[in-house]
Amino acid sequence: MDSDIFQGYKGDALEVLKKYQVRVWGTTKVETTRGTFEGTVLPRAENDDDKHIVVKIITGYNIGIDIRTITTMEETGYKKANYKIPEKQFPFTPGLPSVKLFGTGGTIASRLDYRTGAVIPAFSPGELYGAVPELADICNLDTEKVFAVFSENMGPKQYMALAKAIGKEIENGIDGIVIGHGTDTLHHTGAALTFMCQNLPVPVVLVGSQRSSDRPSSDAALNLMHAMKAAGTSDIAEVMVCMFGPTSDEYGLLHKGTRVRKMHSSYRSTFRTIGDTPLARISRKEINPIKQHYNKRRNDKEVKILPYFSDKVTMLYYYPGMAADTLDALVEKGYKGIIFVGTGLGHVNKELYPAIERAQAKGVHMYMTLQTLWGYVHMFVYDTGRDMMAKGIIPAGNMLPEVAWVKLSWILGQTEDPEKVKEMMLTPVNDEITLREPYNGYLVYQGGVPEVEDFIKDVHK
Amino acid sequence: MQFNPKQNYIQTRKNIGYVPRLEASQKDYDRIGFMSGLEVHQQLLTKEKLFCHCPAGIYHKSDDYDAELIRHMRPTLSELGEYDGTALMEFRTRKEIIYRIKNENACTYEVDDTPPFPINREALEIALEISLLSKLNVVGEVHITRKQYLDGSIPTGFQRTAILGVEGELELPKKKVRLIQLSIEEDSCREISDIGHTRTYKTDRLGMPLIETVTYPDFVNPEEVMEGCDYIRFLNRSTGKVRTGMGAGRQDVNVSCRGGSRVEIKGVAHSKWIPELTHNEAFRQWALLHIKDQLLKSISEPKNWKIHSMELSELKDVNAEKIYAVNLPGFHGLLSHFTQPGKSFADEIGDRLSVIACLEQPFMMHSEMLEPVLGEEEWESIRISLDAAKEDAQIIFWANEEDVKTALETIEERCQMAFEGVPNETRKSFVDGTTIFERVLPGADRMYPDTDSAPIPLEDEYITRLAENLPVDVIENHKQLLDWGVSSETFTYIFSKNLFPIIEKTINTLKLDPKYIGMFFGLRLKFAEGQYKKGLEFNYNMVYALFAWLVKSDIDIKLAEKMLPELIQHPKMDFASILETIGFKKIDRESILSKIPILMNKFAEGKTEVNPIHQKNWVMGQLRNTALGNINLTELSKTI
Ligand SMILES: [Zn+2]
Repeated sequence: MDSDIFQGYKGDALEVLKKYQVRVWGTTKVETTRGTFEGTVLPRAENDDDKHIVVKIITGYNIGIDIRTITTMEETGYKKANYKIPEKQFPFTPGLPSVKLFGTGGTIASRLDYRTGAVIPAFSPGELYGAVPELADICNLDTEKVFAVFSENMGPKQYMALAKAIGKEIENGIDGIVIGHGTDTLHHTGAALTFMCQNLPVPVVLVGSQRSSDRPSSDAALNLMHAMKAAGTSDIAEVMVCMFGPTSDEYGLLHKGTRVRKMHSSYRSTFRTIGDTPLARISRKEINPIKQHYNKRRNDKEVKILPYFSDKVTMLYYYPGMAADTLDALVEKGYKGIIFVGTGLGHVNKELYPAIERAQAKGVHMYMTLQTLWGYVHMFVYDTGRDMMAKGIIPAGNMLPEVAWVKLSWILGQTEDPEKVKEMMLTPVNDEITLREPYNGYLVYQGGVPEVEDFIKDVHK
Repeated sequence: MQFNPKQNYIQTRKNIGYVPRLEASQKDYDRIGFMSGLEVHQQLLTKEKLFCHCPAGIYHKSDDYDAELIRHMRPTLSELGEYDGTALMEFRTRKEIIYRIKNENACTYEVDDTPPFPINREALEIALEISLLSKLNVVGEVHITRKQYLDGSIPTGFQRTAILGVEGELELPKKKVRLIQLSIEEDSCREISDIGHTRTYKTDRLGMPLIETVTYPDFVNPEEVMEGCDYIRFLNRSTGKVRTGMGAGRQDVNVSCRGGSRVEIKGVAHSKWIPELTHNEAFRQWALLHIKDQLLKSISEPKNWKIHSMELSELKDVNAEKIYAVNLPGFHGLLSHFTQPGKSFADEIGDRLSVIACLEQPFMMHSEMLEPVLGEEEWESIRISLDAAKEDAQIIFWANEEDVKTALETIEERCQMAFEGVPNETRKSFVDGTTIFERVLPGADRMYPDTDSAPIPLEDEYITRLAENLPVDVIENHKQLLDWGVSSETFTYIFSKNLFPIIEKTINTLKLDPKYIGMFFGLRLKFAEGQYKKGLEFNYNMVYALFAWLVKSDIDIKLAEKMLPELIQHPKMDFASILETIGFKKIDRESILSKIPILMNKFAEGKTEVNPIHQKNWVMGQLRNTALGNINLTELSKTI
């Protein structure tokens, strides 16, 4: 019962609450050596210390009281707050596309959890409608909580479960699918679902928010509107990530699941297509394709669901002077696939060669990707590159490192035949390797350069 | 007799017993139950902003920026699962907010693209010192809270703020004022423009450390509110660690009258504007209560009260806007009812239309305008179309099609509020002492814990150390000045410039006459500051240095009076050069005194009768300039 009455309190602070018989949500008057404080006792975040009691004072602010200064306290009343997102029936509008939203515990729509300070997602159609009523003008919505984990906890099991759930919805004749997802590993999931759900007849749109919807300037509502619109009405039947284009509340971009990457820890416009242009630009009014060629929406249900994943693939981010035993250790632990993330055109130094040879002898599948992210692996230019290829490292073209990891895991979940694996790795499912890089596929503007500054000033960031 | 709006305005002003402020007495304020409290904001003098490492206090012009970005604000649910009233109002206005950013003073934190850095400890410490000076109970742990602002003045949509102390006390010369709390917070953006559905801000001030001292509504007349405000300012400045100058201190003033509601007058830049503003606000509320009484007398079921409107399609507006006529049943004689000097109840509706429905001026006419635009026949035909009764009033407004719905709702809403009395709102102030509607007053519902920041413990040891090094209470200094015989008229200047410590140092270290020094700073310095163009490097410590130098050089300190104007204008000049500029030469007293007999004779020359007083004055006059600084003038006069 303690945990309920004294939510989050532990150690000395818990003892003080027990001693004076004051409960969480109890109103209290506390006498301390620093004066009198009055308010409602709030739950304490579990990771905070056991020396303070949190109180919400009458003006709505929270303060902490040092238990070592308390001379006496008493409970003067009790009022438990009831956190609830207002639920309204999501209206059905004939003629609008039907969209299914899968929840994965991201921060699309949410409220605050006092105890952990964490954000609890709002999820049912009713809750979402209460938070973003504009959604009802875009589609008829149904939701399903596939599992509740935060984005960083998404992994192989979740990818496979999602793939199967997508297959089922397509079987049921849905017009589009949206997956609410934390942003940290959105691009891993984008790649995994691209490989696991092939020949899609409808859009599958991954969406998250960089600012949770408990904040007035959250990107969640607009991202959700864009994602629902893309899922319901766009004719791009691919796995896509839909997030802000600029940091301004203006438009979103639809990125291919295999070419997208989170590029900033906190910006709203953190997702960028690497080595290519995004698929399309989306606003509340319209969807403007950027790429001319993409997989078109179809009326059939001929999707191929391939839910495979090996957990014996790892990545090795190279640094100068990396010792051979780092690679040996991975091989000894039984890893069957290794994605190297090499320098420049795809390099590691000679110190690693003996270990690479030992790995090759054990039949480990090794592929080379790039720390530069942009550009192609090119191992013919220097001798070292040719050496490495001779030792079994296969260049993975312009496949992004995370995508290569996902893909090799997916392949090794199906076969370990080296030739088959290589063929599958190098045959793109959906542009994870492209034949050419357009001149505007690499754009990292350098701030401070006058013409860039002019551009930044003219165009909303 | 025909209804005359102007006469009605004057009559209603008389009916509610309005008196101009300068004629008002405590009796008038007691009659209407005047009540007021303060929220005094003060920027702290730190190098950096509160939650990021951008420099604080660097401002730029509105058209000088490096980038712009756009945000829309959405209301979010409070912890209690409710939307805040202000939040919903702001959402209805459908504003597009544009932020102008300059690299020099704003980073990705200000525009909410980077989470907060740990709180600026320098700012926290200054704020804690002021909390202790304000005799507040200092908290054991600081919890950063998010306070929602949906007007866009902060790009996140909330202000990071934290309570440092509660329940304090401020001693004024004549009474004690209780303090509710003191918080540290980040300053907001400065508004550049707000036109239609677009509001533009600049982000230079955004994020600068600020404190807010909140008093209980203990003030019972307008002068007292001003005095309280000044004292909170003096207290803040006594630390020497707060910013001064335009915009560094601003206050929100809460006012109500008996039976009225708490109304917050926002962003009053000068305390001297407070008396007129609070006076007018209390009477505005008194007038609204009077309107309420009138309405309740004539309308039996306020709950069912509704407006009736129609589009006037025969009238075409040049901007292709829609024109609507609205009938307000039972409001005859109320649109022209006095509310504030020069304003009537119709302005209450108009102000809300402008803010909530974003209508652009001019957008409204009504049947009781003090300076009518339409003739009586035209209103008569509108009345017929609206099927209006004699006791009704009418409004015509024009608006873009998409704003019409909000405009109609706003008119109806404000009229319905008239049955309740005084709406809770924040109001914007004008120099003439009147105010207009700004926003719905937010409630405590808009506070959220900041999940981006960890709580900050304040150990006893640290607080004790801070408490030991505080400046003396303003009220104590106040008493000390009176003891020294310094006139209280100089106090506002002395405390607002935080001159007391320098005065005290000058008196104690140099052993000079306290009254003379006090008055020198309080009067001569103030005068010279107003009179001469101040050199950039000038600071008040130079005045102390001047006295110290005079004492050391054994020159009469009264010479400071002549040197001060030069010092203020040319602070880099050394004191000896200043002396030369004013034509001073060091002459020993003996040679001055030796001139007396010669001059005495010179005065007497050719005169048959010598008036000794005239003679003395003439000799003094001849010697004054040479003597000043070399010999005490009283002593000289005696010798003569
Ligand atoms: Zn900054």
